Amino acid sequence: MKKGIFKNPLRRWGWLFLGPMAIAFIIGFVWPFFQGIFLSFCKFKIVTKATFVGFDNYVKAIKDASFMHSFWYTALFAVVSLVLINVLAFTVAYLLTQGIKGSNLFRTVFFMPNLIGGIVLGYIWSMIFDGVLSMFDTSILLESKYGFWGLIILMCWQQIGYMMIIYIAGLQAVPEDMLEAAKIDGATKTQTLFRVVIPNVMPSITICTFLSLTNGFKLFDQNLALTGGLPFEIQPDGSSIKTTEMLALNIYNTFSGSSISAHGTAQAKAVLFFILVAAIGLVQLGITRKREVQQ
Amino acid sequence: MTKRAKSLAAERRRKTTLSVVLAVICVIYVLPVVSVLINSFKKNTYVKTDTFALPTGDMWAGFDNFKTGMTFGNYPFLKSVLYSVIITILSTFLILLFTSMAAWYIARVNSFVCKIFYYLCVFSMVVPFQMVMFTLSKTADTLKLNTPWTIPIVYLGFGAGLAIFMFVGFVKSIPVEIEEAASIDGCGPLRTYFMVVLPMLKPTMISVGILEIMWIWNDYLLPSLVLDINKYRTIPIHIQYLKGSYGTVDLGATMALILMSIIPVIVFYLICQKYIIKGVAAGAVKG
Repeated sequence: MKKGIFKNPLRRWGWLFLGPMAIAFIIGFVWPFFQGIFLSFCKFKIVTKATFVGFDNYVKAIKDASFMHSFWYTALFAVVSLVLINVLAFTVAYLLTQGIKGSNLFRTVFFMPNLIGGIVLGYIWSMIFDGVLSMFDTSILLESKYGFWGLIILMCWQQIGYMMIIYIAGLQAVPEDMLEAAKIDGATKTQTLFRVVIPNVMPSITICTFLSLTNGFKLFDQNLALTGGLPFEIQPDGSSIKTTEMLALNIYNTFSGSSISAHGTAQAKAVLFFILVAAIGLVQLGITRKREVQQ
Repeated sequence: MTKRAKSLAAERRRKTTLSVVLAVICVIYVLPVVSVLINSFKKNTYVKTDTFALPTGDMWAGFDNFKTGMTFGNYPFLKSVLYSVIITILSTFLILLFTSMAAWYIARVNSFVCKIFYYLCVFSMVVPFQMVMFTLSKTADTLKLNTPWTIPIVYLGFGAGLAIFMFVGFVKSIPVEIEEAASIDGCGPLRTYFMVVLPMLKPTMISVGILEIMWIWNDYLLPSLVLDINKYRTIPIHIQYLKGSYGTVDLGATMALILMSIIPVIVFYLICQKYIIKGVAAGAVKG
């Protein structure tokens, strides 16, 4: 009843309130998304001249050695960066919540790299790595293991501050009386950390784990600017793959390829990439939802 | 008593040690930025060979790198700064205004159409840009959304997800009675929105605004695909194209440009630090 009085006048204003966002959303997301799914089943050079080819593009995408290489490379990168970033970020957050002097200043410094864009970060670090590696007469573009660890270091530098903020929020929400009870019961610092603190910040750990996982999989700018996928490796069949190319960059490079079938394959790769990232995202959403219900 | 005093002293010593350790880590943490500063005053040939040396004697280039940097890459740097500013401000403004209006409508009317849009928005948050990259750039081209003045519409569309999600969540938490009172007092929906709802949305506006500014200012792929690169470049595009072009790259000038592009960001961060950290935490917990 009450709601009815209020609802009616607003309903007629939908064109103004919902309209602008809805139009832009259809242009910027809905239409490109469904067209993208449709085109992944087509052979095309330009969008208007597409012929249906069924699952051809998907078969080509999966058979593409560079795509599979970039998938495993990305997965390895995502897992290694996930572990390193979260362990380090949690440690820093834990230390910063111990009430030591200068905590605010440290927090400010650790978070700063987050504001610098991926492309700029990539060039800053490529200068630093080349500065170090040139002493050994090599370069980050010459060996794929340098490219891998270089990107890990870069991502740690950028993301630790971000995850640290989330962990600090979680740590500050740990009930004070629980910590006190543990102290009175004679628990050591380590026992308190593992038995009281960590179980209480599990929600933050879940969020950060998934955030760093999706960030790892979606990484593009930093990858492009730091190594651009170099160095090349020649395959037995004569084709070459870029050894430090991650999934997003591989899709991008396939789109810029010149052959007529490349666009369809690239779009199929993009759909597979979307399914992968969305699956991770949905699992995360499910877990956080469940926790909210429990509370 | 003495035992307690001893343990307190030990605790204090432990904390001081921790502070020192963290301070050292902090210094290491800012080194990359410092090395950009050092190298932007260094002559090009020394950047690669003496990356970590101070620019003294022969290496000192003064402000030459900054001067060459201004026109480096066959594109005036200040122009790309201008376009970055225009695109970021305009897009953020459009996103804040229209998504908050739509979110209020969605939360209060909650009809079938509203629900469809809401779930599509939530869904769009898990879709990576590569999925729509090709089709979006073609659509934007067809609709002539490829200039700095029209690309904000693309940002409004692609960036709506998170903003809608955060605004709807917040609107649902404010009691509808306040708006009803305004409506009974004779306020139409438009006035109710701008005079009553908008002021209450301010904290979320700041969070969403910060997240959008950080995203759009640093975004490379979307503008590089949508904009006409020869005419319009944002800062990330400009810096990427310095290296992308053939021939030897003037590393000194590149570092000068990078320095000029990160100084405003760091100043902005130091001024709005409180809001930025809050906004990031809010966005992360929800997204």
